[in-house]
This record gives sequence, structure tokens and C-alpha cells, in this order.
Amino acid sequence: MIPAAFDYVRASSAEEAISLIGQYGDEAKFLAGGHSLIPLMKLRLAQPTVLIDIGRVSDLSYIRDAGEHIAIGALTRHMDVENSSVLREHVPLLAHATSHVGDPQVRHRGTIGGSLAHADPASDLPATTLALGATYVVTGPNGSREVAAADFYQGYLTSTLAADEMLTEIRVPKMKGAGWSFQKFNRRAQDWAIVGVAAWRRGNESGVGLVNMSSVPVLATSVSAALASGASIDDAAAQAADEADPQADLNASVEYRQHLARVLTRRALTDASS
Amino acid sequence: MTMTDQPTGVLGSRMLRREDPALLTGEARYTADIAVPGALHLALVRSPYARAKIVSIDTSAAAAMPGVRAVYTGAELADMWAGPMPCAWPVTEDMKNPTHFPLAVSQANYVGDGVACVIAETAEAARDAVEAVMVEYQPLEAVVDLEDALSDRVVIHDEIGTNRSYTWDLKIEDTEGACDAAFAAAAYKVKERYIQQRLIPAAMEPRAVLAVPQPFGGDMTLYSATQVPHILKVMTALTLGIPEHQLRVIAPAVGGGFGSKLNVYAEELLCVGLARRHGVAVRWTETRSEGCQATIHGRGQIQDIELAADADGRLTGLRVRLIGDMGAYLQLVTPGVPLLGAFLYAGVYELPKAFDFSCTSVFTNMTPTDAYRGAGRPEATYAIERAMDSLAYQIGIDPLELRRRNFIPVDKFPYEAYTGLVYDSGNHDGAATLAADMVGYDELRARQAQQNVPGSTKRLGIGLSTYFEMCGLAPSRVLASLNYGAGGWEAATVRVLPTNKVQVVTGTSPHGQGHETAWSMIVAEKLGISPDDVDVLHSDTAIAPLGLDTYGSRSLSVGGVAIAMTCDKVIDKARQIAAHLLEANPDDLEFTGGEFRVAGSPDRTMPLAAIAFEAFTAHNLPDGMEPNLEAHTTYDPPNFSWPFGTHICVVEVDTETGEVEVIKYVAVDDCGNQVNPLIVDGQVHGGVIQGLAQALFEEAVYDADGNLRTSTLAEYLVPAASDVPPVITGHTVTPSPTNQLGVKGVGEAGTIAATPAVINAVVDALSGLGVRNVPMPASPNTVWSIINAAQGGSQ
Ligand SMILES: Cc1cc2nc3c(=O)[nH]c(=O)nc-3n(C[C@H](O)[C@H](O)[C@H](O)COP(=O)(O)OP(=O)(O)OC[C@H]3O[C@@H](n4cnc5c(N)ncnc54)[C@H](O)[C@@H]3O)c2cc1C
Repeated sequence: MIPAAFDYVRASSAEEAISLIGQYGDEAKFLAGGHSLIPLMKLRLAQPTVLIDIGRVSDLSYIRDAGEHIAIGALTRHMDVENSSVLREHVPLLAHATSHVGDPQVRHRGTIGGSLAHADPASDLPATTLALGATYVVTGPNGSREVAAADFYQGYLTSTLAADEMLTEIRVPKMKGAGWSFQKFNRRAQDWAIVGVAAWRRGNESGVGLVNMSSVPVLATSVSAALASGASIDDAAAQAADEADPQADLNASVEYRQHLARVLTRRALTDASS
Repeated sequence: MTMTDQPTGVLGSRMLRREDPALLTGEARYTADIAVPGALHLALVRSPYARAKIVSIDTSAAAAMPGVRAVYTGAELADMWAGPMPCAWPVTEDMKNPTHFPLAVSQANYVGDGVACVIAETAEAARDAVEAVMVEYQPLEAVVDLEDALSDRVVIHDEIGTNRSYTWDLKIEDTEGACDAAFAAAAYKVKERYIQQRLIPAAMEPRAVLAVPQPFGGDMTLYSATQVPHILKVMTALTLGIPEHQLRVIAPAVGGGFGSKLNVYAEELLCVGLARRHGVAVRWTETRSEGCQATIHGRGQIQDIELAADADGRLTGLRVRLIGDMGAYLQLVTPGVPLLGAFLYAGVYELPKAFDFSCTSVFTNMTPTDAYRGAGRPEATYAIERAMDSLAYQIGIDPLELRRRNFIPVDKFPYEAYTGLVYDSGNHDGAATLAADMVGYDELRARQAQQNVPGSTKRLGIGLSTYFEMCGLAPSRVLASLNYGAGGWEAATVRVLPTNKVQVVTGTSPHGQGHETAWSMIVAEKLGISPDDVDVLHSDTAIAPLGLDTYGSRSLSVGGVAIAMTCDKVIDKARQIAAHLLEANPDDLEFTGGEFRVAGSPDRTMPLAAIAFEAFTAHNLPDGMEPNLEAHTTYDPPNFSWPFGTHICVVEVDTETGEVEVIKYVAVDDCGNQVNPLIVDGQVHGGVIQGLAQALFEEAVYDADGNLRTSTLAEYLVPAASDVPPVITGHTVTPSPTNQLGVKGVGEAGTIAATPAVINAVVDALSGLGVRNVPMPASPNTVWSIINAAQGGSQ
């Protein structure tokens, strides 16, 4: 498990990181918590020639109440998200979903920005922030832009992030008392979800995000539309797989994944409505 | 009170393991921790194809890379071997054993088969060079299905002309036709097919090897993460054609094996061979993916089992047909694994001599299989215990009741079984009754009747398994009758040093079992000293030259007993010295609490400490007596040891998701007298979890082209502590009458009992839905699909 040779530089600020990535170009990668990137490098599935370590960019590690939303710096560790009193009060679904990421060791190293930028549809946080209607702030050599979570994910492990851009902040709307539930179905506690459902509901409004149900995280819009038009939870949940396009793997067939999405969505909505 | 204050009564106490502080604090030194300046690092180029001709290999680019000392193909090393890789168990005269060299020469036969190797100054340089070795392969069709392999549609090894390695029948004298007659007369018949999926042993410590040439003279020290330093020494000497007395094998701290380190591997032979060739130390440490691909797999059988029973459900006949998956080659004991199970297919039940067993083993283009915790016996126990549940279902009686009707009664022991083997002792009803009481069997059945009503999505299941284990390998003559290439004895030396500290030298080779603790307890009890005064030396062929190592739950009932016998010899000699010094008759001396006393004269005593010093100075010993207080024993056991027990597993199955939750697990094991119940419980806990892992989590999955799809621990699902239930242990104690300690093995018991208990529980939960069998592992997807199929495809 030895990665191919690479060079290593450490950035101490977001600007420095962005200028370094501009300098090294395509062959460089940011290293945040390393909990997605390093395993790939050890298997030599990723062979960047330069790592730009942003793990110590402390000005991007924060959780702030910004009025309508909570602003989370991209380098905030999972453990800090999970334990944040601000998030537990205003976005409890995200704090709770984060507590289901891997094990404590993973959560002490991994970052929310790394998890979202990696764009793995099997990860918990892309679908959760999608369900919550989050906006991501992306910064490049020419300044920052905002991207809705719904527009960010392009395909398996790909996003709209340009090679010289960095994810710097995640803005998550406050949940304002909405009911919520996170259903993660896996075979071992520390594993990625076979299927996961992040859901919230406040009156007619709802959001349902699906983990590992397509090459990108999925927003189950049919479910929310059905609920808005007065459908029962059972009937709405029956449409949970409508937007999904799941793959088969060692843990689940396509049919089983679709079935799980429906069952878990029903359980999540029941939970969120109680 | 500490042990030191109370040296007697040590046996049977829950003493903490002396091994653990070093293991838990990271102080223990494993093979990969041993620093040798200048050692070269070995890395292997492995075939990415399950079957391919090696057309050409270009090593020039790799050889030119910085830090690379040499690159060799299999063909270039062909002259380094005196013989092919060893298989010590030619189970039949006509067994087919394809030539197997540490590196393939002309054809690779599984994904992971080595075709070339690199030695370099750093592990990194070796790894990089592997990528630069250019191998041109001509991919050939691979065979991964056992029945397809049997058909010889594609023959893997041209040189043997067939994929069939052997067919072995268990012949019982004068019983011809008995089995057929039993089936013809049966009131009930069961016929089932079970698949034992392949498992990856996944020991915590990967394999690691370090071969260090000694200065001048050609001696070589081989460190290896092995269970079998003694066997490895003999086999390495033979395979490399080097004088055995110039080879020393050391197994330092070894982090688990489960049979996967009971072998002689290519990397061990390569390190020794290349260290000799280059005159420099060579080392190798396995990566986890190599561990998945190129360390032996376990299980891999198709089992067809048929039961015949009379109107009361008593077994009258048993027929078993196995297909064993050997993988691409025969490793050390690969072909013998199904044989170890052959004798246990009737489990703990009385079966007349109406048994028909045949096993055919085939080659496939997958990693070689070999012994894995239980080796053949978990498979056998699974088949009979699953089939007994089918029989109970067919008759319409409780599975526990059916078992009770068939148990060998306690008053029939020692019991000569249908196979001719003699079960030394047993009390199956006792173990089953205790397990049923502990789990609350009757209440659970009542709760189940209420819970498993139509429409219920959380179904309760209760699964039993009872087992007999044939372990304590083994009487050498029995091994001879099975064509095994070695004996089953074990050696021990007990040496009382001048200061009354004791060195024990054992031929067992612990790799997590706690022998140092247990052996010191035996000696302490025998000699009336503190276990802290006993040092246990092992796993180094220069220090412990005689031994047959650790596997098959043999260490205590063979090696531990050898130590107890040796203590008796030490005491005998000490008695002669004490009698001489006390001017008493040896027969009048009593030995208790570490001293001899003259019967009837309480003030005439002589402590062992004084005798030890006397024996050392040799100033005043009886005429003709040799100095020093030391004795040796090589013990060949008269019989196997026969532990047994009953495990009961309780599950809840979520029929919507197919998820199985184990809500209670009770294990009652009878391993005779317990030297240290804490260690016994530890063995049971680990064994049960490993057996449960086969039932619910683990499977080495290959695709149709022979690619291993579970080559990391992200795909190969070894459960963690958070994924498994607490194990509630209980014990009955039926001492073995065949050894002086009354002990039996317990290392594999949990693994043997747990797998069928869990699957029986899952099937029991779903029987109301029409489910009769659930394949392993019972993953949520599998269980969900089975329920769907049983319900006619509707959900
Ligand atoms: C054993 C284990 C179990 C896990 N289980 C789960 C789980 O159950 N659920 C789950 O969701 N995740 C799981 N993870 C993944 C974990 O959450 C990772 O922390 C996360 O996916 C990546 O975050 P990171 O900070 O480690 O990113 P890194 O690995 O450092 O980086 C990942 C990728 O994102 C890029 N990147 C990182 N930060 C930025 C940024 N700010 N801007 C632009 N690009 C960036 C990197 O260049 C790299 O390509 C697990 C990981 C492990 C090792």
C-alpha cells in the first residue's frame, strides 16, 4: 500500500492554496483530511504528483450563524460539525448525519469540504446538504462564486469545481423547527451507506436526499411534490426511487436499492412527521 | 490475594494474560518491526489474470530504476528450487498435484499468482519497480464454478489433464449396502445442498518475512509471521535444497493466523533463496490486498447431504457428497481439509454404521484454499445441523427435541462411533439443557408464536447448533492412516534453573492464544511455584528445536499435556535428590506446595529451590545421577480430544429490508477442565464472531472471469465490534479421560458451532413465510430476495 511518488506543499491560507494550485495545475490535488484521497493514492487509483495540504488552513475552519443560514468553513472537521451547538440548534439534520460518517477516527480527520468536493454519491453529506438546499461557495483565482448544491454534482466523483478552484464555504439554511430524520442502511456500522435517506418536513414543505442511489446524490423531488399535494407518507415514499438511477454492487441489486429507498424514505418521513 | 501468595490452585483461575501488556501497548515485536540494516525489500509482480500464458516478461526498465538490486522472472529462478512448493497431505495414491513453484514459469493460474519479483533497497523502490515490469500475457478462459471445473470443459493444468485432484471415500468395513438399505427403509428423508462460500482469513497482522544470512558458514535465520516455524523449517530446507541444520526459523510476535499462517508460502521461499543468492537480508511485508489475493482462502465446498430417519426421527442413515474447491494449486494441507470434516458428519448423534461419504476435489482459477479455523469441521457441523433442522421441520417437532432424541446418551461414553473413532467423553444433553436454560428457550418459543404472525415485519428466529469437535491433532498413527505427511506429537522441556526459576520449552507456536500464560500456570500448579517464576520459550527452532506447532486446537491437549508429563519427570528426579539429602526413602516423601516432606515427620522438609541448587552444583547427588534438574517429553496423544457443546442464537429479521439482527447469543462449550477460563472465554468469543461472520457478512466473491471482487477490507466485510452481539458463555465440564489434565481443545469450537446456529435462526424466523434455506452470507439483499422468492415474487 505505497502510493506513487509525489511532492508536498503546505498552504497556510485559502489564497495561498489557490495560487499554488494555479501554479501546479492539473497534476496537483488539495489534501484536506485525506480520508478519501489517501486510500485512493495507496491503491494507486489516484496518482497526483503534487499534494497541496490545506489541512492547516485554519481560517476556513468555522461554524457561524449568518442569520438565515449557517456558514461552515470547508476545512471544518466532521467532529466539529457533529458537536456544534449552533448546528444542533439550527440544522440538526446535518449535525446528526455527520455523526454517521465512518468512525471517530475518520470524523476527527475528514472535513466537510473534502467530503462534498470529492462528490462521492455514497457519502452522507452531499445528499444531506442537497436535501437541505445548501449553497456552496467556490473560490478561484478570479474570486468567489456560489453554487447551489443541486447544480454542483455532475457525475460520479465529479463536480463543477474547476481544477484551480477550491470549495471554501458551505451555507446551509436554518431548519426552523422542521422535523427531520436520517436513515442510513449499511452492513457494518463504519461503512458507507448501501442506501441512505436524509429528510426534513415542515408542513407542506419537505426535502428528501438520497445517498448512493445514482452516480450523483439525488434529490427525491417527486416525494416532496406528492407530500405538498397532500399525499400520504406511504404514497409519497412509493415514489422515492423515481429520480434515482442506482447501480448494482456487491451489497445490493438495482431492485433492492430502489426498494430500500422507498422503505427508508417512508421510515424517514414517518420519523420526521412525529 | 495475588498468585505469588498462593501458588497452588492456579489451574482454573482467571489469570490475566501475561502476553497482553506488550501487545496492547505496541511493545510486542512482529516480523515487520525487526530492523535489519541493509535488508533488501522484496515485491512481487502478480498476475492480473485468473488464467494466462506468460508470453514474455521484460524486466529491463524495472532493473534500471534507482534502488533496484535485481528483478527475476519465474523462469530465471527455476534453478533456485530443489523441488516445487510442498503439499504434505497426498490424501490418495493417485491424487493429482500440479507443479507449483513460488513464481509461475509459463502460466499464471489465479489473480495474484506471482510471475516475477523485485528486490530493492526500499519498499517504495520495489513497489515502483513492480509497475515497470512489462509482462505480456495471453489470457485464457478461467474456471471458477466447481461443477464446471469438474466437467473438464476447460482443463486448467495441462500437465495433469484434468481438474479433478482426487476422490476420497470414507470406507467403513463391512457396511456395504447399509446406507442404501437405511434410505430404502426410512420413514423420513432429507436431501439438501449447502454452499460453503470461500472466506478470506484476514488475520490482523499481515504475513511478513525476513531472511537474514548469518556471517560466514552459510547459516540462515528466517523470521516469519507463521504458526508453524518447525514445519516451515523442514519444508524450506527441502524446497530450497539447503541443509536443515543451517536454517533457524523464528516466529516473533504473530498477530493471528486462523490457519492462514499454517503454510509454506512463496514469499518465505523467495526471501530465503534470494538472501542466499545475494548474501544480504531480504524482507517482505504483505499488503492487505495481497492478503486477500495471495494468502490461502478457507472453506469453498459444495455439500450434498441426505439424512434417513425412522418414524421417531432417529437417524438411520447418512449420505454425503462433497465437491471441494482446491483453488489453483495444492498448498500445504489443502487436500486434507475435507477429510478432517468427514468424521463429523453425524455430529453428536447416534448413527448406525450406515454412512456413505465421498469427496471429490477440483482445481479452479482462484486463490488456493487451505485450513481455516476449524478446517473441514465447521463445514461438516453446518451440514448436519442445518439438515437436522430440516428434518425437525418435516416431522413437525421442535429442533431441540429432535436433537435430544438423537444425542449419544451420556452413559455410552467412551463411544465407538460409526467411523470407528472413539469419542472419549460427552454429555450432550447436559450442554443442551444448560444452553436452553440460559437463553430462556421455552419463553422464546412462546414469544415467537406471538410475534411471528401474518403481516409482522420483525420476525423472531431461534437457532440451535450442537457440535462435537475432533481436535487435539493428533495420534500419529491415525494421521498415517489418512496419508498425512507428518506426526501429531508435541515436545516439551522443563528446566529448573539453579535459582528455582523455571524455563519451559514448548514446540507449540502461539499467535494470540496465550500459551505463555497457560503453560506457566500448568507448571506453577505442578511444581508449587508462582507462574511469575516460569518463563515459556517457544517459536524459535534454535531454542525449541522439536515441535509440531499450533493449529487444530492441539496446543493444550497435546503440548500442554506434554508439559504436565515433563513436570512429573522433574518431580521424580527431585524426589530422588530430596530422599538422598534427607536420608529418607523416596516413597516416604510427599510433594506439596513446592517442597518435599517426609511423611509423619513434618519438620523434615526440602524445598524445590534447595534441590534445584543441589542439582546444579552436583556436589552431593545420588550415585550415578546426572546433574541438573531438567526433563523432556515427546508426547503422542492416544486419541483426539472431543470437546462439544450447544450454541443458541436468537435473531430478529426485518422482512422489509432483509436485515438480520442477532439479539442474543448463548454458547455452552465443554472443553473439559479449563486451565484458564478467561482464555477459554476469549477463544469462544472470537470463534463465535468468526463463525457468525461467515453466516452474515463474509464471502470472497469472484466474477466469472476469476477476478476477486473483495480484495480490500472495504468490500470483504469483516465485522467489527459494533456489528456483533455480546456472546454469553456457559460451560459444562466433562474432563477428558485420555490425558492427565482432563483437557480438550477450544480454539475452533466457536467457529464450528456459530455458523449453523445463526443460519438456523434466520431460517427459523422466516419459516412461516415459506423460507426453507438461506444461503451464506445472509446479507440483507439475499434475505430480502429469498423472502420475495418464497412469497412468489410479491412483496
Ligand atoms: C474508513 C473510512 C470510512 C468512511 N466512512 C464514510 C461514511 O460512512 N460516510 C461518508 O460520507 N464518508 C465516509 N468516509 C469519507 C470521509 O468522510 C472523508 O473524510 C471525506 O469523504 C473526504 O474528506 P477529507 O477532508 O478527508 O478529503 P480528502 O481526502 O483530503 O480529499 C478528498 C478530495 O476532495 C478534494 N478536496 C478536499 N478539500 C477540498 C476543498 N476544500 N476544495 C476543493 N477540493 C477539495 C481533494 O483534492 C480530494 O480530491 C470514510 C472514510 C474512511 C477512510
